[in-house]
Amino acid sequence: MIAYLLRRLVWGAVTILGVLLFLFWLFVLYAQPEDVARRALGEKAPPEAIAQWLVNHGYDRPAVWNPEAPLDTRLFDHLSRMLRFDFGASDADDAPIAARLRSGIGPTLGVTLPLFAIGLPLSLALALGVAFFRDTYIDRLGVVVCVLAMSVSILLYILGGQFLLGKLLRWFPISGFDPDPGLALRFLALPVFVGVLAGLGSDVRFFRTVFLEETGRDYVRTARAKGAGDARVMLRHVLPNAMIPVLSAVSLTIPFLFTGSLLLESFFGIPGLGSITVEAIQNNDFATLRVMVYLGALLFIAVQVATDVAYTWVDPRVRLE
Amino acid sequence: METHVVVNVAIAASVAGLVIGVALLRRSRHTREQLGGIGRRRPVATLALALYFAVAVLDSISWRDGAGAAEPRSIVDRWFPADFAERSYSAPLADVEFYGGAPLAHPGAHWLGTDILGRDVLHLALGGARVALLIGGLTSLLAIPLAILLGVVAGWFGGRIDDTVFFLLSTLASIPSLLLLVALVMVLGTGAVQVCIALAVTSWVSFCRVSRAETLKLRELDYVQAARALGASHARILWRHVVPNLMHLVVITFVLTFSQLVLSEAILSWLGVGIDGSWGQMIDQARDELARDPVIGWNLGAASVALFGLILAVNRVGDAVRDVLDPRTLRELQ
Amino acid sequence: MSDLLAVEGLVTTFPGRAPETRIPVVDRVDLRVARGEALALVGESGCGKSMTALSILSLVPKPGRVEAGSVRLAGAELRGLPATALRRIRGARIAMIFQEPATSLNPVQRVGAQVMEAIALHERVSGAEARRRALALFEAVGIPDPEARLRAYPHQLSGGLKQRVMISIALAGRPELLIADEPTTALDVTVQAQILALLRALAADTGVAILLITHDLGVVNEIADRVAVMYAGRVVEEGPRASVLGAPRHPYTQGLLRSMPSRARPGERLAEIPGAVPAADAWPPGCRFAPRCAIAMDVCRVREPEATPLAADAAARCHALVTP
Ligand SMILES: Nc1ncnc2c1ncn2[C@@H]1O[C@H](COP(=O)(O)OP(=O)(O)OP(=O)(O)O)[C@@H](O)[C@H]1O
Ligand SMILES: [Mg+2]
Repeated sequence: MIAYLLRRLVWGAVTILGVLLFLFWLFVLYAQPEDVARRALGEKAPPEAIAQWLVNHGYDRPAVWNPEAPLDTRLFDHLSRMLRFDFGASDADDAPIAARLRSGIGPTLGVTLPLFAIGLPLSLALALGVAFFRDTYIDRLGVVVCVLAMSVSILLYILGGQFLLGKLLRWFPISGFDPDPGLALRFLALPVFVGVLAGLGSDVRFFRTVFLEETGRDYVRTARAKGAGDARVMLRHVLPNAMIPVLSAVSLTIPFLFTGSLLLESFFGIPGLGSITVEAIQNNDFATLRVMVYLGALLFIAVQVATDVAYTWVDPRVRLE
Repeated sequence: METHVVVNVAIAASVAGLVIGVALLRRSRHTREQLGGIGRRRPVATLALALYFAVAVLDSISWRDGAGAAEPRSIVDRWFPADFAERSYSAPLADVEFYGGAPLAHPGAHWLGTDILGRDVLHLALGGARVALLIGGLTSLLAIPLAILLGVVAGWFGGRIDDTVFFLLSTLASIPSLLLLVALVMVLGTGAVQVCIALAVTSWVSFCRVSRAETLKLRELDYVQAARALGASHARILWRHVVPNLMHLVVITFVLTFSQLVLSEAILSWLGVGIDGSWGQMIDQARDELARDPVIGWNLGAASVALFGLILAVNRVGDAVRDVLDPRTLRELQ
Repeated sequence: MSDLLAVEGLVTTFPGRAPETRIPVVDRVDLRVARGEALALVGESGCGKSMTALSILSLVPKPGRVEAGSVRLAGAELRGLPATALRRIRGARIAMIFQEPATSLNPVQRVGAQVMEAIALHERVSGAEARRRALALFEAVGIPDPEARLRAYPHQLSGGLKQRVMISIALAGRPELLIADEPTTALDVTVQAQILALLRALAADTGVAILLITHDLGVVNEIADRVAVMYAGRVVEEGPRASVLGAPRHPYTQGLLRSMPSRARPGERLAEIPGAVPAADAWPPGCRFAPRCAIAMDVCRVREPEATPLAADAAARCHALVTP
């Protein structure tokens, strides 16, 4: 068990290194610094300004190999700063990235935590219900609705939700944010609602498949032969077993809690990490984007390792191996 | 080289790739007649898909009328009159402009109205099919062969090669895909080919993973072992025995990935880095149109319905393909 | 003596390959089990033994379905009972153990909890009482160190122990009838013998009647009072163990016995029945065994034989018995 966790930790570390190298290649080697500078300063910037910008942002140093000072390279700089969470300044406006991210975490969690806390139980409950009525019209109808719902682009959920609930019915403010908790709730309700709705189709369908797979297993037959009723079989036997595949599916979506839903945030004007990312895209701010990608991957890897620990808790079979 | 020539070549290559894929599939243990069953199981979705495909192909074949013509026009373009544009918005089948009421050049002829630049919405919506095909086709063409090659080689030879491929896979898989996609497009620059390359980088992981896992299984099978014992070369075994027998999984993965690709492009369009002429772009424009008063909905409506129809058809056919070709393995592999 | 279980004309079907068709996998099966008696249901793989057992408890997996017939427990009809009434019978009056102990236990629940659930489902007992009963059951089925084993998860137990847990789950509700579907097939030979001995001892102690499903005639010899032989969905011969195994009348039963290694004389080639059991959608008209039968006559291929009563509470379904 300890060896297993150690192995996973090593895997995580190696993967983080891989991600960092990939980002280095993509943002530092592949993207020409002159292009980045020109995008930041404008096409007609004088060459001196560009040169100065490159010096200011450390782009003038050797990329990988510096015979005089082996540690004074952009690769080393990139690795050490990313690992120390020293993210430096934005390419677009020279504001410190770390501070901006800190200010974005709150609003992002304001959207994604309720989204997660409502969406996951809701889709699990709906899936359990649909699976409970398997091979009936309710089940078939449920599947059709799911397929229809998951065929709609998230853009349409956002537009439709905002138009219908915000503009026509005027239940919610169309967009915006206020850090005051009482007001924030009003602003967050619509994006959370739209986000839950948009994810429901594919989630319910996936969880239904998981549940149905479990209901076909031998131990379910045993439970029935004992005299357990349908509800008991579902809640006491199928659900705990289904938690194993559910856990791994859910773990894949957790990083999104922090990176935020790019679309929801930017569209509803919530100043979270997602909006920061979208701004970075629009401003050609490579430095910020690189940090966001790195943090997203870091989180993903951390969650994967954490999930492996959680498995030992959900699945007794993993515990001793 | 001129764009329309490039597109023609790309479409030809996509269709050729499709043919090769189907040919490989026919050599597999999984028979052809099973694939035929899909049309019978999902007649409407299959027909809809065929229509989308036909429109997309027809819109991809374009040529210039003589040296004097400014723009090459595709077969679909030729369904519409040559100068089929207005100055600005007009409602569906309207005789006058939506704002101001000036008379139209083609009164009552724009079935779905026109957009802000006066372009015919029906024409634009049909053109979106071509972009969708380009996204699916070019991306697959870039991603699938390489993914199969790496996956099969990694699974077959194991050892260091496998470690390397696995490292590559888990590295790419651990970057949240939308962020990776956006980062790639930013660095590569916008444009159809760049977007497809970015989509290929984000989507090859699943193809490679499936190929690798299935190769690991196939490697142990008797007939593959027998071919080895008979002294067949690695390349021959892989090409004759391994690749054909995992093609069905590749097909399923393709169908399941396709809708994701198209939906991802729509998101990219929304973020301003999509492909010109896609439905995503039309939807993106509608952001402003819904805020106008009175609301302009036909542009959004046409793009949404076209996008929804395609994704729905692909999802329906995808389910059938999975049921027919392989009810179980894929879930175990993922 | 009235029968504890009486199955008559039981038909269970699955959808056929063509749409809207249904194929019987259990076809007009009659079975009787008296109180305290052990009936063995024998037949080759795929002949419908498990489906017969599941039909009795209304546990046929979808899309299968019991189409016709009656299942009476101590005279009371079980078919058509509402779900709640059926639940009170399952586990409490009829219990079942399955072929695969490895997959038949809930992998994420401690085995003690699974036994206690079986107790609590049918009686209002306190947690401590349920635990005490579970412990007693574990002792009764010969699980060593029962106290510790209550807290074990299934994957921590050997196959034999898992099957003992399954048996204690089955006994938890003090059933009158125990259906055991190939309880030893998945186990090692030595463990098989132990489990059979356990079942025999339990039957003697508690007076529970047993419907034992098997394709192993050796197992039949160990336990059964009576034997029913199934072939392609139908019962072809039935009777007391001594007469069915000692003087089989149906050519299929004879073939089965001849193909048993323990019956063969040294040096003699083991006899085998030519061909294989046809699939349920390919049953021949007439007698279903005719294509594989050495003594098949013309009539066998046309008309299905009636059950012919034989001496001492036995019957067989063969034309050769009527028109020799
Ligand atoms: N889910 C199903 N769908 C279709 N046919 C089925 C299904 N389950 C069982 N059958 C059919 O029912 C028939 C009887 O199956 P059953 O499990 O009762 O056989 P068995 O005698 O118990 O065999 P075994 O010794 O292998 O357990 C088989 O021919 C099988 O093809
Ligand atoms: Mg069976």
